[in-house]
Amino acid sequence: MSPMAEDPPTTSLAQPAEDRPRVVSTRIGPADVAFRTGARLAGLLVLAITGLIAAFLIVRASSTLRAIGWRFLTNLQWLVETRDAGVGAILPDTILIAFIALLIAVPVALATAIFISEYAPSRLRRPCIAVIDLMAAIPSILYGIWGFFWLMPRFIGIERWISDHLGFIPFLKVPGPFQPGNFENSTLLAATVVSLMIIPIVASISREVFSQAPAGEREAAYALGSTRWGMIRAVVLPYARGGMIGAVMLGFGRAMGETIVIAIIISQVFRVVTHPLQSGGNSIAALIAQDAGESSPSVISALIAAGLVLFVVTLVVNAIAGIIIARSRSGLQTVD
Amino acid sequence: MTAISKPEAAGPDLAAPPQAPPERRIRLRRVTADEVYPVLGSAAGAIALVWVLYEQLLPFSGAVGFWLCCYGVFLILYAAVTAMRYGQRDVVDRLAAVIAATAALFALAVIAEQIGYIAYRGWPAVTHSNFWTQTMEFTGQLQPLTSGGVLHGMVASLEQLGIAALLAVPLGILAAVFLAEVGGILAHPVRIIVTAMTALPEIVAGLFVYATVILTLGTRQDGFAGGLALAVMMLPIVTRASEVMIRLVPNSLREASYALGASQWRTVWNVVLPTARSGLTTVSVLGMARAVGETAPLLFTTGFTSFLNANPFHGPQTGMPLLIWDFIRISPTTDMIERGFGAGLTLLIMVLILFTAARALGGKAPGELTRRQRRRIARDAQIADRQHGGNSHGS
Repeated sequence: MSPMAEDPPTTSLAQPAEDRPRVVSTRIGPADVAFRTGARLAGLLVLAITGLIAAFLIVRASSTLRAIGWRFLTNLQWLVETRDAGVGAILPDTILIAFIALLIAVPVALATAIFISEYAPSRLRRPCIAVIDLMAAIPSILYGIWGFFWLMPRFIGIERWISDHLGFIPFLKVPGPFQPGNFENSTLLAATVVSLMIIPIVASISREVFSQAPAGEREAAYALGSTRWGMIRAVVLPYARGGMIGAVMLGFGRAMGETIVIAIIISQVFRVVTHPLQSGGNSIAALIAQDAGESSPSVISALIAAGLVLFVVTLVVNAIAGIIIARSRSGLQTVD
Repeated sequence: MTAISKPEAAGPDLAAPPQAPPERRIRLRRVTADEVYPVLGSAAGAIALVWVLYEQLLPFSGAVGFWLCCYGVFLILYAAVTAMRYGQRDVVDRLAAVIAATAALFALAVIAEQIGYIAYRGWPAVTHSNFWTQTMEFTGQLQPLTSGGVLHGMVASLEQLGIAALLAVPLGILAAVFLAEVGGILAHPVRIIVTAMTALPEIVAGLFVYATVILTLGTRQDGFAGGLALAVMMLPIVTRASEVMIRLVPNSLREASYALGASQWRTVWNVVLPTARSGLTTVSVLGMARAVGETAPLLFTTGFTSFLNANPFHGPQTGMPLLIWDFIRISPTTDMIERGFGAGLTLLIMVLILFTAARALGGKAPGELTRRQRRRIARDAQIADRQHGGNSHGS
């Protein structure tokens, strides 16, 4: 009752001068409604595909997961027929490969991105971007056969050197007398080739972020007498920190999902890899690729379960990266 | 033509008449002799020093190690040379510049080395004309290179790529239009998921199509399933890159269109998309170049065959990347490995053609006109001048 009693005074004619914003409304025509609906559906489709991937992998992996349960994540064996399978030995090496790949790729990629956005003369910038794009476009299978046939024989020397001279660090030592076979097909070699494949991803995203650093602040740094590197360190890198972290995480996700290179280079073993220089290793994606010819339903189900683990892990890593990248682009709605 | 020279190119005649003294622009990123020669000198010194130490005196071997040592010694020498003339701040500044430049050079070197090696190893197989006109139908593992070829792989790859592009490019651009033009509450999660999906493990795309189309719908492995898997992989790549391109379209163009009374749909169709066309072409073809080389999505979906199968909706159809995988892995005889490299070279040529096409078709900044468009505008302006007062005809 009381609001009704109080209402009349406020809306009375006593204060006619008060300005109210005029309500602006646009009438949306049928063509626009159809257009917006269509565009929204396309956006939804991307979400739907992601959801469907998860749903179908879960359904198809259910027979394995029901038989093995959570032990699938920790089981070191891969004996599908006896229901004694798991990714416990494979997941660590998957992460190890991705981690080593990042150690190599991130410095190179960030330096390349800095060169393209800050140092390259404008004539060179376009070709440089084209080279990075081309690096991303070269088929992974070609990275694989290049790594296997060209890099592997040339890589043994450096692996042996590390093992001989840095062998006092336990995990860098390869036990036993020197034999090339001990060093071929190693985790380190696979990670090195994978690192070349994630350089373009990290480089192109961080280049985008670097080039968005505000011109006014760059000029202010120069005006204060900064050298170019001083400007980069004081303006560009802090501005781009979020984007760089996101790019690195995206590279990590990509490296974990890398399939064919690892399947070609590494020789599969089912144990936890502690010596990255030693021959033998594994990754979930490579395991799935190696066994793709199998047709028995239980093996397929186990492979799909492994794929589900990979999908969930990479999706979580990548989604966090996506959130960081999206947040780092402040003023997304107004930029350019 | 770089984007920088655009303003001059638009009106070279207008700039000429006022006869001001020629003004020399100071180029901020000019490279001086003082910056070039110390680098060259340090590089030469480093290679010489490391050659003496590494190859002659110390018991090391291996090309990779050699170049790593060279690089380290080069950095030390260059820092020393710079420190002889400048202070610490400049030493750091110049070292940073050199490290950035060498990183870019390294990327270039890796690309050149890979292309060169694949071409070198693939050449013996490719020079036999039967390699591009025959299939592996009547060729065993032990038969020499004069028999058999990869025609079936090329046909399969092109058809699967066509299917993937037909599905992923329109959907990807539409999703990008949604993200950039329509927006709303949904846009944020979609953008995050799209970014996450660009790094989706390729093998998962293959497993997904295998689990849905083949296991659930019960069809056989065929080219269409492979195309679907490639499309799943391509969609986020095209969406993300297209969104960036659409965002580059200046807002003033949109506002001008709305001010003329156009609806949103008309604005997008007649203003935004044509302005971004060159960029959208580039990202679509780049997406195709990425997709044609993917092996893992095909592993579960297309099946293996050595026959020529031109029908993507029936029977197995092995694309080029899968063919290489098959040649190299299953049968390691010398000739099969040579065939693998030959197929690798063929695939590389396909990727390079797509890649060059992407650069040639598009690669312009949004709104930057082609020569033909500029000529047409000039012609329209002439006609309008002659008619005196015909101030426009809508296009």
